[in-house]
Amino acid sequence: MTDPAPRAAAEHAAAGSSPPEVPRAQGRWTSEIGFPPRDRYHELVESYKASGFEQLSDLTAVDYLTHPGRTLPAGVEPGRFEVVANLLSLSSSRRVRVRVQVPEDDAVVDTLWDLYPGAEAMEREVFDLFGIRFLGHPDLTRILMPEDWEGHPLRKDYGVGRVPVQFKEAPGPR
Amino acid sequence: MSDAPGFPGADDISVRRASRAAVAETSEGAQELATRTTTPPAELRREVGAVLRIPEGGVVDAGDVDVERPTDETMIINMGPQHPSTHGVLRLMLELDGETVLRTKPVIGYLHTGMEKTAEELTYVQGATNVTRMDYLSPLTNELVFSLATEALLGVDIPPRATWIRMLFAELQRVSSHLMWMATNGMDLGSTSMMIYGFREREMVLAFFEKTSGLRMNHDYIRPGGVAADLPDGWEDDVEVICDTVLRRTYEYDELLTGQPIFRERMEGVGNISAQEAIALSVTGPILRSTGVAWDLRRAMPYLEYAQLDFDIIVGTYGDNFDRYAIRLNEIRESIKLVRQIVERMPPGDYRVQDRKVTPPPRARIDESMEALIHHFKIFTEGFRVPEGEVYVAIESPRGEIGCYLVSDGTSKPYRLHIRGPSFVNLQAVPTLMRGGLIADAVAVISSVDPVMGEVDR
Repeated sequence: MTDPAPRAAAEHAAAGSSPPEVPRAQGRWTSEIGFPPRDRYHELVESYKASGFEQLSDLTAVDYLTHPGRTLPAGVEPGRFEVVANLLSLSSSRRVRVRVQVPEDDAVVDTLWDLYPGAEAMEREVFDLFGIRFLGHPDLTRILMPEDWEGHPLRKDYGVGRVPVQFKEAPGPR
Repeated sequence: MSDAPGFPGADDISVRRASRAAVAETSEGAQELATRTTTPPAELRREVGAVLRIPEGGVVDAGDVDVERPTDETMIINMGPQHPSTHGVLRLMLELDGETVLRTKPVIGYLHTGMEKTAEELTYVQGATNVTRMDYLSPLTNELVFSLATEALLGVDIPPRATWIRMLFAELQRVSSHLMWMATNGMDLGSTSMMIYGFREREMVLAFFEKTSGLRMNHDYIRPGGVAADLPDGWEDDVEVICDTVLRRTYEYDELLTGQPIFRERMEGVGNISAQEAIALSVTGPILRSTGVAWDLRRAMPYLEYAQLDFDIIVGTYGDNFDRYAIRLNEIRESIKLVRQIVERMPPGDYRVQDRKVTPPPRARIDESMEALIHHFKIFTEGFRVPEGEVYVAIESPRGEIGCYLVSDGTSKPYRLHIRGPSFVNLQAVPTLMRGGLIADAVAVISSVDPVMGEVDR
C-alpha cells in the first residue's frame, strides 16, 4: 500500500491547505489539518477521498464567537463558525482533519453527503444545533431538538440553564 | 380519525379537541417519514437506497425509484419511542408493503439533554462525570476518550500503571457491555433465559467496578491525569473469578443460542449490509467487522499499550445479524484473553500523574502543607488550565469508534466538546439493514445495531 500523504499534500497545496502552525496536540493524536476556503472545501475533501480517505469519521462545528483570537495559519480569514470534518483512511490507518471557516451572516457550506452518505445525520445535527445550512443536503431538518424549537442551542449566544422546560405546568425559570 | 360508534365520549367535542392537541404536540413534523408523493426526490432516493450506488461508481438511476407508487398500496407505521424493544426511546417510522419494509427512518432526540452544551459549563475535572452518562452501557470508554483528549492538549504523560489500569477497565467494560447486548438481544428474540443469564454475568463485572470505583455505573473513575483510585487489595483474584466464570458461561450461551435452529433461523441472512455500504455510511464497530472488514482501532491505530498485547480481531462474512452476534460473543472471549494478559503484566507504581497542577494532592498532605492546600483548592474550584488547541481522539468502544473533538481556549473549561457517538452514526445503517426485510425482523435488526440512546441523543 503506497502512502497517499506526499501526493495528497502536493495536491492540497493548490486547494488551500497549508502546513498549519496552529497549536495542536503532540504525539499520538496529531494529524494533518486542511484549512480550505469555503468555496474549495468540497473540492479538497473530494481530493482527500480520491487519495484514500474512504470514511468520514466525524463532522461537527464550533462557534468561535467568544474566542475570536484563535491561531490560524496565515491567509485564513477567521469566521464565526468552523465546520470540522475528520476523515479516516482505513487502508493506510491515517486521519486528516478539514476545518472550514463559515461566516455568521452567510452560514452556508457545501454538503459532503454526495461524497460520504454517512454525513447525512452529522450535518443534520450541525444544522440543528448551530444553524449552519448545508447546500445540497437531501433532508436538512432538525434531528435532536423538537421541530418547533427556536434557536440553535450550541451557539455561544444561546443561554444555558434559564430555559423553561417544555412540559405543561412546569414552574417558570428561576 | 373516525368516530367509532358507541365509544364513550366520542361525540364529546372537548375530548376530540384534546386528542387533536395531543397529536400536534407530539408531532415531529419534517423529521418524520413522509409519503412518497410529499418527499423531495433526493431524499426519497436516499431512503430507498439508490444513493448508495454512487460510491460503487454507478450513477443514480432515477427510473429505479418508484416515486409514483400509489400510497394506498403501502402503509406508514410508527414504532416507538415507547416500545420495549427499542432500547430506550428510539422511534422508527416504517413504510410497509404488506409485511415487507420498504423505507425506514429513525426519529431521534427524545433523550437529548444538551450534554455537549453542559460540558462547556463544567471544568475538565468535572467533565468526566458528564461524558460518562452518554453511553451508559460503557461509561468507562467515554471517560477514557475524554481523558485522553484532555491529556493530549495538556501534554502530560500518565504513569504506566494508570495506562494498564485503564486498559483493564476498558476490556472489562467491553465484556460487560457485550454481555448486556447478549441479554437484550436474547430478550428481543424471545429467549428470556438469555436475558437472565446475561444480566447475571454482567453484574459480576459491575460488582468489581463498584469495589474499585464505588459505583456500578457512571463511575468517574478514569480522569484526566490517571484514574481515581488504585486497584483494591485482592483485585487479581476478583478479576480471575470474572474471567473464569464468564469464559465458561460463553460456552453455555453457545449451547443455548448458537446452535439452536430457531435462533439461527431468525438471525441468519437477516439485516444484511455490504462492506461498501458500511464504510460509506461511516459505520464502525461490530457492524463494520461483520462485513469482513478487519477494522479495530486497538489494532489499526493503537492507543494506550494495545500494541504490546496479543488478541484477534473477529470478523464476519455476510454482514447479517448472526455475524454480529458471533462477533460480539467472540469479542467477550478475546477481551478475557486481553484481561488475563493485563493482569500478568500490571506494573507497579503510581495510578495517577504526580503533577500538582493536574492531580489534587493526597488528603494527608493538606493538613501539613500550605502549597498542597492551595493546589487542592484551585483544582476543585477553578480547575486546571488547558493550553489553547484542538484535538480529535478516537478509540474503540464496544459499539465502534467513539471520538472526542476537544477545543480549548486556554481556560479551565472546554471551549467545545463534541463526542462522536458510535451509536448515533451506526443508526444511519438501520434503513439499509431493514430494507426489503420483514416487519417481524425489525426488532432483531435494531437489537443487532446495539444503539444506546443516551449516546445517540447526548
